[in-house]
Amino acid sequence: MRLFVAAGCGGTGRELAPYADLAGVGGFVTRTLTLDPRRGSRLRIAESPSGLVRAHLLQNPGVDRFLTTEMPWLAQQGVPTWASVTGATTDEIAAVVRRVATAPGLSGIELNLAVDDPGALRLHDGSTPKGAAAAVRAVLDVLPESLALHVKLGSDVRRLPVVARAVAEVGADALVVGGALPAALPNGTAAELSGPAVLPTALRAVRTVCHELPEFPVIGVGGVRSAADVRAFGSAGARGVQVGSALLHDPSVLARITAELEEQSR
Amino acid sequence: MTLQSTAEVRASERVGAFQHVTLAAPGVVETFRPGNFVSIGLDDGVHLARRSFWVHRVRSSSSFGATIDIVVRPGGAGSTWLAGLPVGASVDLIGPLGRPFAQPKEPVPCLLVGEGYAAASLFPLAERLVERGCPVSLLLAADTADEVIDGLDVRRSAEAVTVVTGDGSMGAQGSVAQALPGALQRSGASVVYAAGPSSTLHAVAGVSELHGAWSQVALEVNQPCGTGLCHGCIVPAVGEDAIAHRVRACAEGPVFRGDRIQWGLL
Repeated sequence: MRLFVAAGCGGTGRELAPYADLAGVGGFVTRTLTLDPRRGSRLRIAESPSGLVRAHLLQNPGVDRFLTTEMPWLAQQGVPTWASVTGATTDEIAAVVRRVATAPGLSGIELNLAVDDPGALRLHDGSTPKGAAAAVRAVLDVLPESLALHVKLGSDVRRLPVVARAVAEVGADALVVGGALPAALPNGTAAELSGPAVLPTALRAVRTVCHELPEFPVIGVGGVRSAADVRAFGSAGARGVQVGSALLHDPSVLARITAELEEQSR
Repeated sequence: MTLQSTAEVRASERVGAFQHVTLAAPGVVETFRPGNFVSIGLDDGVHLARRSFWVHRVRSSSSFGATIDIVVRPGGAGSTWLAGLPVGASVDLIGPLGRPFAQPKEPVPCLLVGEGYAAASLFPLAERLVERGCPVSLLLAADTADEVIDGLDVRRSAEAVTVVTGDGSMGAQGSVAQALPGALQRSGASVVYAAGPSSTLHAVAGVSELHGAWSQVALEVNQPCGTGLCHGCIVPAVGEDAIAHRVRACAEGPVFRGDRIQWGLL
């Protein structure tokens, strides 16, 4: 089982380095990058039982600034880096990929189609089979052979099988399934719920996709904080998992999970 | 070097409205600089966000060994839990974190302005400044007398100590904004250091600028992870490049130059 750092939970990599062997992880996924910088507002996170509620404004410095201020360090440290990307249109997504793909040291792209309300965020809607396939096609058209493409889909299990199949048929290398659920901050702001609270929903989503596409590589994400959680995703059919919110609570959690897994495989 | 450790509670004492908690933290003591904070994780499985605390005192050797004192204002779930921990209990501690106060190269007069429990962060700074030969004046403020943080050693070495409370129960009745111009005038400070609510810090930054003094403010915004991973403690600030950025209070701060913060957007 490959362990990844989930998008938006590893800072720029530098902040996680004191607590985790980043060169040894299965992959470090950046926070989602857009063509132009996107600015967050202040109150962005609230707690709920075993969960975090985050206003997902996709706050990021923009792909160009990422390439000058963050990527060189990740490459220098030998971190297997996956750039999470999105955009307002398929052309814009392709433009982000074209830019980031030139970076030495990049392992691949994670196309983020798991955005809860793309309309509100002025983003391409990848929640339909057609919209998802179009975005994947746009990325593959500009993606160098050497880079892999993972596509992240949310937990909406009614649509998942069809959307997953569409993405797989266009030619993505793997699916990242699960993650945060639509939620609201106490003040009513649209947000997403992540953390252990969503683990059962992510397991269901992974199971659904693996049932639909038995041979296709799936990476599970949502609420992982222990080796037992990793194995639960494995039982659901996933070949890898991403760790996200758990890092915010305990930045050393990756090392702990790795040790637990090794201990149990002896 | 930031360290994560299991820190034992060596003492816990109620002083006025706050709980002063002494933690065994040899790793923190060695590398601590005034303005740094520490982050504590709750281990109840329910609360995922970490809690950040100002350091009031650092002792490399006390009767308890190498310890730090943090000042807790019991209010929310995290602070109430921490304030109620018995001696001998352990907490998940990360520190020292954040960017510390920048200290002047020359022994110039400094004014330290602290309101409520946040004033805790100024006491280690005062010690350090006095060691460097800077004449230090203090302006301590709070709503009531039992929210004024004391630091007897520092008070003895300070040139002047002014106390103001909202209800007049200690020192003069008034606020930081009212007392600051006089305190600045009397101290002849070229640098003003401040910790407290952001409205107070905003006032300090403005008044300091009027008087031709530099200001260094320790910002307190909610920090879900404290380690820079989640980008949840966003502060609008103008960088050295004169461009407005969204930066993290925990990683690029918590201490900022007062004239760099875009107070209107905070």
